Amino acid sequence: MSQTIETRRAASRKLLSAGRKLATSLAVIATTLLGLLIITFVVGRMIPADPVIAVVGDQADQATYDRVYKEMGLDRPLYVQFGSYLADIVRLDFGQSHVTKNQVASDLARVFPATLELATLATIIGAGFGVPLGILSAVRKGTWVDHLARIVGLLGHSTPIFWIGTTVILICYANLGVIPAGGRIDIYNEGLVEGPTNSLIIDSLLAREWDVFWSALHHVIAPALILGYAAMAYLSRMSRSFMLEQLRQEYILTARAKGLGTRPIIWRHAFRNIRVQLLTVVALAYCGLLDGTVLIETVFSWPGLGQYLTSALFFADMNAVLGSVLLIGIISIAINLLSDIVYRFIDPRTR
Amino acid sequence: MTQDPGSSMTKSGYFTDLHNWLINEDFTSTRQARLHKAYVAWLSLLANPLAFAGFAVVIALVIIAALAPVLTVYDPYGQDLTMALKAPSANHWFGTDEFGRDVYTRIVYGARTTLYISILVTVIVAPIGFVIGASAGYLGGWVDVVLMRVTDIFLSFPSLVLALAFSAALGPGIENAVIAIALTIWPPIARLARAETLTFRNADFVVAAELQGARMGRILLRHIVPLCAPSIIVRLTLNMSSIILTAAGLGFLGLGAQPPMAEWGAMAAAGRKYLLDAWWLTTIPGLAILVVSLAFNLFGDGLRDILDPRNA
Repeated sequence: MSQTIETRRAASRKLLSAGRKLATSLAVIATTLLGLLIITFVVGRMIPADPVIAVVGDQADQATYDRVYKEMGLDRPLYVQFGSYLADIVRLDFGQSHVTKNQVASDLARVFPATLELATLATIIGAGFGVPLGILSAVRKGTWVDHLARIVGLLGHSTPIFWIGTTVILICYANLGVIPAGGRIDIYNEGLVEGPTNSLIIDSLLAREWDVFWSALHHVIAPALILGYAAMAYLSRMSRSFMLEQLRQEYILTARAKGLGTRPIIWRHAFRNIRVQLLTVVALAYCGLLDGTVLIETVFSWPGLGQYLTSALFFADMNAVLGSVLLIGIISIAINLLSDIVYRFIDPRTR
Repeated sequence: MTQDPGSSMTKSGYFTDLHNWLINEDFTSTRQARLHKAYVAWLSLLANPLAFAGFAVVIALVIIAALAPVLTVYDPYGQDLTMALKAPSANHWFGTDEFGRDVYTRIVYGARTTLYISILVTVIVAPIGFVIGASAGYLGGWVDVVLMRVTDIFLSFPSLVLALAFSAALGPGIENAVIAIALTIWPPIARLARAETLTFRNADFVVAAELQGARMGRILLRHIVPLCAPSIIVRLTLNMSSIILTAAGLGFLGLGAQPPMAEWGAMAAAGRKYLLDAWWLTTIPGLAILVVSLAFNLFGDGLRDILDPRNA
């Protein structure tokens, strides 16, 4: 009888501590989000251009100026303005873009899938090549494979990504003609496929529109490979150092002493133990790629978030800039949160 | 060489003696001990060819930036439209741009811009990152929580995007680019300083200093800084490369350095319009960025092996 009470107590304690953990992580996310909003709000206040002039034009008289100034709520105290800014964001109202004349939120919804497609493909390429390369160079430490991986990694860290983009266009488009100059799809394949995922590659596959599929793949391959290379450089370096750390452990020595072959030692023992760390760095690489997409989308005229952001910057379209920046920040938080959740599934110690 | 009575008169003998005096670990003065440390570091740099190559390129960059007017014959801003878009030749090693300006001259002057940005950002970021990180680690409690939350918020933005937002708000220009980059670069330094401070926080020498009544500022400055310095210096050197890449990215997107200023990222961006006719306009500034940022990475890696072997 007392035993069941004990176990019940233990169970409720466990539940309580799980609840507390959840509450803490929710609080962390909430404060991070709030911080993001404060940063974008402050950045929005710092704009050198007068937001009222942007609306009424510089020919307006003082009375009109004052009226619009009041209408925009600029006479109210800052914390009130921040409150209404928060309320707008919660209703997904990022304001109107004065270049496209659309709501920024609907613009973002239109351009974001293209970036998601590109960044996801690049992460798959980066992890697919980078992790095996890192593991191989850890296993063959000091051999030519290791040196090659080191050079690949160092170059990936040091090369300006926009420059790889322009060089690839110069060589592969202008001289060899094997890739298109830019964009997401050929003009005559545009608008043929409307699908559930908004990823042209997946949608055209689902719809069995092979021409569209090949055209989309043809367009995405160069930017995705370049971004994937940047991710690969980072991931191969990280997975090499994770793997080396595992290979130094005593259980590896024990397994070797028991006569286990190299392959099972690497994949069944060492690799299982670095999965969690790998997941974290893949998530970080994905966030890092959002930086790269801004530059690569500009170079390849890829109609995504990055290009939207840079053209908004060019036209000083502040609502669009802040909306995009906020979206990128939120995506980064979401990706880290996701990796945290999956982490809990993989690693029993964190449960 | 007063500590070295047996110095011979021949030149090679003198160097051998100096080497022996420097390598000898039976120090007779603190000065000898310090020189010994520096000398051993120098020898291990020489023993690592890649790191030494990085170091050499960095030194070359400084020399090129300092001697820019001596190394060039053209004016980096003088336009000559009759000479526009000429391919590399004996007169114009790297060709000319759309205004007929010599690309080699502008690359050389661009070294000044790059050094200016990266040194200024580093000088701003190092003390700020250290103070935030070290006080979070030293004080602990809610100060730690608040400061690290702020750090994490800045870390949750991809750095180029955050720098873009700040330079959009501050307006274009190289000084604003410096501020924008500094605002995105400090969080990793603060994280590192906090971690390093935590490892020494409860060390006996810190407790002893506290018992003697030393204030926090003194403990951080006199006891924590010397111990954190190696890993922070390594981090700052490796950071140089990301500062250079971010600055170039900003320049490429039209923020940061403005025309006609000679800045490699902005030069590559301007050359994009003529990509198919004049390959040298984007290729050469890009190569310059690549070489310098690779050099800082190689040098930083080597420096880590020397200064901070724990994290190598």
